[in-house]
Amino acid sequence: MSGVLVLAETRRGELRDVSLELVSAALEVKETAGGRLAVAVIGADAEKFAAGVAAEGVDEVLTVSAPTGQFEAHVWQRAVQALIEVEEPGLVLLGHTIDSIGFAPAVAAHLALGFASDVTAISWADGPRARRGAYGDKLVAELEFPGKECTLLTVRPGIFPVAAAGSGSAPARAVSIDLDGAARTEHVEYLDVAAGDVDITKAEFLLSIGRGIEDKDNIPRFEELAEKFGATLSVSRPIVDAGWMPSARQVGQSGKTVKPRVYLALGISGAVQHLAGMRTADTIIAVNTDPEAPIFGVAHYGAVADLFEVADELEQALG
Amino acid sequence: MKIVVAVKQVAALDEEFELVEDGVGVDADFLEWDLNEWDTFSLEAALQLRDDAGGDGHEVVAVTVGDEEAEEGLLSCLAKGADRAVRVWDEELEGADVLAVARVLAAMVERESPDLVLCGVQSSDAVNGATGTALAGFLDLPRVAVVTALEWDASGGVATVHRELEGGVIEVLRIHAPALLTIQTGINEPRYATLRAIKQAREKPLEVFGLDDLGLDPAVVQAAAGSRTVALATPDRGAGAEMLNGSPAAVAARIVEIVQERMSG
Repeated sequence: MSGVLVLAETRRGELRDVSLELVSAALEVKETAGGRLAVAVIGADAEKFAAGVAAEGVDEVLTVSAPTGQFEAHVWQRAVQALIEVEEPGLVLLGHTIDSIGFAPAVAAHLALGFASDVTAISWADGPRARRGAYGDKLVAELEFPGKECTLLTVRPGIFPVAAAGSGSAPARAVSIDLDGAARTEHVEYLDVAAGDVDITKAEFLLSIGRGIEDKDNIPRFEELAEKFGATLSVSRPIVDAGWMPSARQVGQSGKTVKPRVYLALGISGAVQHLAGMRTADTIIAVNTDPEAPIFGVAHYGAVADLFEVADELEQALG
Repeated sequence: MKIVVAVKQVAALDEEFELVEDGVGVDADFLEWDLNEWDTFSLEAALQLRDDAGGDGHEVVAVTVGDEEAEEGLLSCLAKGADRAVRVWDEELEGADVLAVARVLAAMVERESPDLVLCGVQSSDAVNGATGTALAGFLDLPRVAVVTALEWDASGGVATVHRELEGGVIEVLRIHAPALLTIQTGINEPRYATLRAIKQAREKPLEVFGLDDLGLDPAVVQAAAGSRTVALATPDRGAGAEMLNGSPAAVAARIVEIVQERMSG
């Protein structure tokens, strides 16, 4: 088994960026591992994406026609299993996305593959090695996959650069896989979460609060502080989960991706899903009591301090 | 109906910590243990389904793979209302990866034959987001991952669920039992256990099994494992943040300065 197989991801007729990030990751590995780089696209309209995923360095594009109009975890599972069995890659790369979370671990379990999820770095020395977070991303673990002829990794989005779409000229080949009857869920509809009263993606200055504010009763205080400061108030996931603020205010993977000029994070530790939504802000300032909080890894300015004490002083300073 | 909830006792690092000698684990003295936050939501979802079903013959079984440290997590599930609990441990499982754990859970679930299996989307320490889906893979069970709403039609054995996609989009889909769902935080409001229930939890059935009790050959678990951790290190945070030191007043003053500078440019 040799070569790298990348699975592109599409949703509602669009190629998702993570697909071309995976190509960049695969090209890095290919330099040392050798072998061919194939990119597979699964879907009712897979051919439509063939030219786009053919970035420079891609050797071949594989298209698999799926019977369902949209992603279905069990159909995708069967398709990827068949691709691995037929194409015999040594390494398979998928995005660590909501779709992949629904089927990639099942593929690895079913075929007894080497496996790691949410991988942030990949190298090759007589086989793949991968890095991923441990203990809530406070440490980094280095993993090996001994005895495995094929290893499947899901790669964290936003880590590798997006390769230029359509910058290569790899030929496309249709792979026929019988996927009839593979679906085990029934799609009803997509719902788009209502925008709410404010569009945080348009704000130039976000004051963002997280679990550190401790109590719902503290929300009005930060609403007032944001107003005094000329900022728009946004929140991290636990605040929405607790029902303290509407989801339209949520920054993160399942919320909004924001890129304000200033992002001031109070009491947000910086879970991966949160960082995914704000790490490209121009200037990030973080206040947190935990000096090891991952938010300090992406912040430009940080303060290990009690957010209430800092808020007191901000209120004073802003009059 | 019968619902199995797979839970995990997770470890949080103290501010200061030391690695063990071989460098692939953290010294247990520096870890604090708690029931995984996601699992409090999957347990609550299971308890609500059981209570809605009403009457006898419905049960929620909490299962875990872990050493004695994990028993606290199961007791917490029992105190909140799970009917019974099962823990599996074997020294062979020390350092087991996500697929090996899922393989053991598969043997536990097979023994129970539930209508639904609920897992948390991920654990706060390993953050694999993979145990539930891998478990479904071993059992060949249909599943939906990252569920934020769940409606159960008992007559048809059908769940209508919301799957939370990136960027605030929801997919609504239906799935027939037996099935596995991985549950996202925020789906419900997890209950707290009363003091009395905490005391009574110790009277509820809590079975402890080894691999052989499940008829599982350690070699089978070993073969299922997907990876081996060879090193653990503190992350290179790059240049990192410029730290603002001093009193809260000094920190606040610098923040105001930085904001004004960046917003005026």
